[in-house]
Amino acid sequence: MNARLLPLLATLVIFLVAYAVCYAQYPAMLSTRVIGNLLTDNAFLGIVAVGMTFVIISGGIDLSVGSVIAFAGVFIAVMLRDTSLHPLAVFSMLLLITTLFGASMGAIIHYLEMPPFIVTLAGMFLARGMAYVLSIDAVPITHEFYEYMQRLYWLMPGKGRLTLIGGLMLLVVIAGSILAHRTRFGMNVYAIGGGAQTAALMGVPLARTTMAIYALSGLLAGLAGIVFSIYTSAGYSLATVGVELDAIAAVVIGGTLLTGGSGFVAGTLIGVLIMGLIQTYIIFDGSLSSWWTKILIGMLLFAFIVLQKGLVWTTAKRRIAGG
Amino acid sequence: MNGLMLFMRRIWPQLLTLAVIVGLISIMFPGFFQISIANGRLYGSPIDILNRGAPVALLAIGMTLVIATRGIDLSVGAVMAICGAVAAWGITEGYGLFATLAMALAAGLACGLWNGVLVAILGIQPIVATLILMVAGRGIAQLITEGAILTFNHEGLIFFGSGSVFTIPTPVIIGVLTGAIITLIVRRSALGMLIEAIGINLRASTLAGVNTRVLLIAVYMTSGLCAALAGIIAAADIRGADANNAGLWLELDAILAVVIGGTSLLGGRFSLIASLIGALIIQAVNTGILLSGFPPEFNLIIKAVIILIILVLQSPTMRTVAVFFSKDPVGASDKEKETVAP
Repeated sequence: MNARLLPLLATLVIFLVAYAVCYAQYPAMLSTRVIGNLLTDNAFLGIVAVGMTFVIISGGIDLSVGSVIAFAGVFIAVMLRDTSLHPLAVFSMLLLITTLFGASMGAIIHYLEMPPFIVTLAGMFLARGMAYVLSIDAVPITHEFYEYMQRLYWLMPGKGRLTLIGGLMLLVVIAGSILAHRTRFGMNVYAIGGGAQTAALMGVPLARTTMAIYALSGLLAGLAGIVFSIYTSAGYSLATVGVELDAIAAVVIGGTLLTGGSGFVAGTLIGVLIMGLIQTYIIFDGSLSSWWTKILIGMLLFAFIVLQKGLVWTTAKRRIAGG
Repeated sequence: MNGLMLFMRRIWPQLLTLAVIVGLISIMFPGFFQISIANGRLYGSPIDILNRGAPVALLAIGMTLVIATRGIDLSVGAVMAICGAVAAWGITEGYGLFATLAMALAAGLACGLWNGVLVAILGIQPIVATLILMVAGRGIAQLITEGAILTFNHEGLIFFGSGSVFTIPTPVIIGVLTGAIITLIVRRSALGMLIEAIGINLRASTLAGVNTRVLLIAVYMTSGLCAALAGIIAAADIRGADANNAGLWLELDAILAVVIGGTSLLGGRFSLIASLIGALIIQAVNTGILLSGFPPEFNLIIKAVIILIILVLQSPTMRTVAVFFSKDPVGASDKEKETVAP
């Protein structure tokens, strides 16, 4: 069997086992209502994690996404408060800004040959700072179009609600999977993650692809910001602190190798759902404290990293034995 | 003499930056350098910079060694929270000052050991290995404080945050002492060179007989110990352990201090003194923004701009450009020789 599928399978098995354990204790867990809420509550994380998957497959990292989400929320809220623009116009302006922001980080990473870690750290400070400058206080969003979007949902059998933002996340995951596995851009991303020099020698346009990867991450972070603002009806510059870590954790739990070159967008969705499931279980239980979420996610991260390490080690050993 | 010259050549950009920032602040605020003594302790803006900068300076010491081995330690902020929580828990449970400090430092060492084992023995990339503790660490700290902010009133422990020895604030003394001791240890023995060797080429240094595993673990444990000291100071300063906010994002400040200090994130040559000056630069910028009446929101933007400038200066591409435009570029004169030769 293809060893690359193993982390994805492990993720899927863990998710199903975890869901079964939850179901055994709380039969209500299997209702479409819980599933609908799981999708809605984690919509912004799922969207941003898809962008992070591309970045990590290419061997990079993007620490700026949490700040970009916060900036997006504040930007939308302030624009809707101070101007009479339609939300859709504001959305397109915002997505343009965050895409350009991501692209310029990609340009710095490529042309200045700097580690993505430190470049996106600067981006993280910059985006958070811009959010502070726009407004320190939480700005409520009261626009009838927002209320309209919040009311949009598809009633699943069993009275579960697939909301607009939950559906949007699923669409992004599907589009991301197609982009990763069925397009030239996706192939280039995998090639860069496998080895930038090799990729360049094979004719992969490094500059263009690197910029596109970070631009995509910026675009999806902006989209996640829109979703988060619909979810909370407000923009707050201190919101979504540390979401970049959640996104990285979801990507790793989803079976993407942090060394780059291997991974699946669909795995990231399951990673996000596992993290959401832990939180839902803790809410259902009621007696467990919320800090257990962090410890459990840390333990899962550890387990997956060790699993990946073992896989890389065994495949390398097999290759040596075979060659 | 020669050694001193080399040393000055290494740290003059950092000293110059610090001097320019302090100079700018003192032009805008003529009272900046006023230092007074009250209640047997020095007060004034320069002292404040040293005092507030101490935790980041401590973290930067450990971080410099880790980065020199081509690693990174993302967990120091979370380790600070854990150690602060352990200190507050120990003192409120009545274990006495000495035992409490020992437990807090041991917690820091244990965290460092965990990171070190993941990196050195399991061979996990440092950024990923330390991410685990960064995510889980605050949860562990909350487990210790049971979700609340543990406050204490023990004079001995508070001394580490706001006390003073010979009018100098304790955090400054701890920072300077730690920096001096670790500098002595790594520079008066071969350890510093071996650490640089690991950063330049791990495999080559292993083959050359360097015990890279033990050394890597020791480096991460040093980072944990420094984080524990910073965590004790932070907890003593507010007389309580706040698992959510103690040391939040300080790992980024510490990395920034090391980068400003000119130690490359790609490992190899390092300078502890330059990192300490880097930490002071960050704190001077923070204090300067506060004094100037700018809204503190601009703090992050200014930090981002500083990182960008440093990135441009350190970038290999820029070095090529600089050589190209300089009057007597090495490459150009070589080319002239080549054209003359045939």
